[in-house]
Amino acid sequence: MPHITLPEGFPGIRSLAAYRPDTGAALYALAEALLRGTESSFSQAEAELIAAFISAQNECTFCTCSHAAAARYLFNQDKSIVDAVIENYETAPISEKMKALLGIAKCVQQDARTVTDELVANARLLGATDRQIHDTVLIAATFCMFNRYVDGLATVTPLGLEAYEPMGERMATLGYIPPKPMGQ
Amino acid sequence: MPHIPLPEHLPGITGLLEYRLDTAMPIRDLTQILLRGESSLTEGERELIATIVSSRNCTNFCEAAHTKAADLLLGESETARLVKLDFESAPVSDKMKALLNIAALTQKSGKAVSGEAIERAKKAGASDLEIHDTVLIAALFCLYNKYVDGLATVAPADPAFYQTLGERIVARGYMRPPGGYSKPA
Repeated sequence: MPHITLPEGFPGIRSLAAYRPDTGAALYALAEALLRGTESSFSQAEAELIAAFISAQNECTFCTCSHAAAARYLFNQDKSIVDAVIENYETAPISEKMKALLGIAKCVQQDARTVTDELVANARLLGATDRQIHDTVLIAATFCMFNRYVDGLATVTPLGLEAYEPMGERMATLGYIPPKPMGQ
Repeated sequence: MPHIPLPEHLPGITGLLEYRLDTAMPIRDLTQILLRGESSLTEGERELIATIVSSRNCTNFCEAAHTKAADLLLGESETARLVKLDFESAPVSDKMKALLNIAALTQKSGKAVSGEAIERAKKAGASDLEIHDTVLIAALFCLYNKYVDGLATVAPADPAFYQTLGERIVARGYMRPPGGYSKPA
């Protein structure tokens, strides 16, 4: 049960955005720009993969399941990549560059001061751009916020995986649209 | 030295927010709403939440900036100092101690926010919205702290820098100045 009285019928972050629409609008705008924006240095699939990976590191079930579902939809026939990364990114069938970037993301999740010059230089050597290094850190930091918000208020987390598949498809195709505020 | 090229005259978070404007805008909006918008918590109390989280994440730039903002808003520098040292014995209300406890737990992990911590805050008179805002401010500062540290931005050593920054935060809030930041001559 959530720690505060939230509008019923919405899971996870959606219940919080319905509870406080003004902060909800800013949070959804951030997710949209970061994961789907034209300025992103990653494909939508890659950005969702980093979001799902960080959420899994933070053990935030709602965010992990929903962003993993979005990433699976976007990776299409390569969707097994997503679960392989969540299981162990170092052995997953992804590029060495992506592994280096996920290594940086993991440091950000644990203690951001541990992102060393060496880790960044290695990612660059493997082809990562400044912008991708920036976006990796910002996606990781942003999901450390979302995960804490969603779990810190103990929002409702659907348990069946089937709940997340349509959610992921909606996130991947329509994007991040805040729910209608309470009473409307 | 920062991990990516950032403007030298804009240390800490400011250079990052100028580096990518499309993501900076909603981050700034969120901060302005939470720290300066209508609330039953004072601006000083909300800056204390930002301060304790930045302090526990050991993010020097954010800690110094928000400590200064809290000091200016509260009109003294003892409260912020003692909140960082041990909020349970700091000169703040029981409700504020309970909210700072929730913020400190949120800094560790969302899952660390226990039913007992929430119950304590409600018994001390905290509303649902105050609890909500406390968790979201704490979570937002985890974003800021990790963004600032993860890209190794510069934290100036000169205390005068944070005096100026604190004054700017108090006077102008968190939105981007119209036209951005001018380069030094």
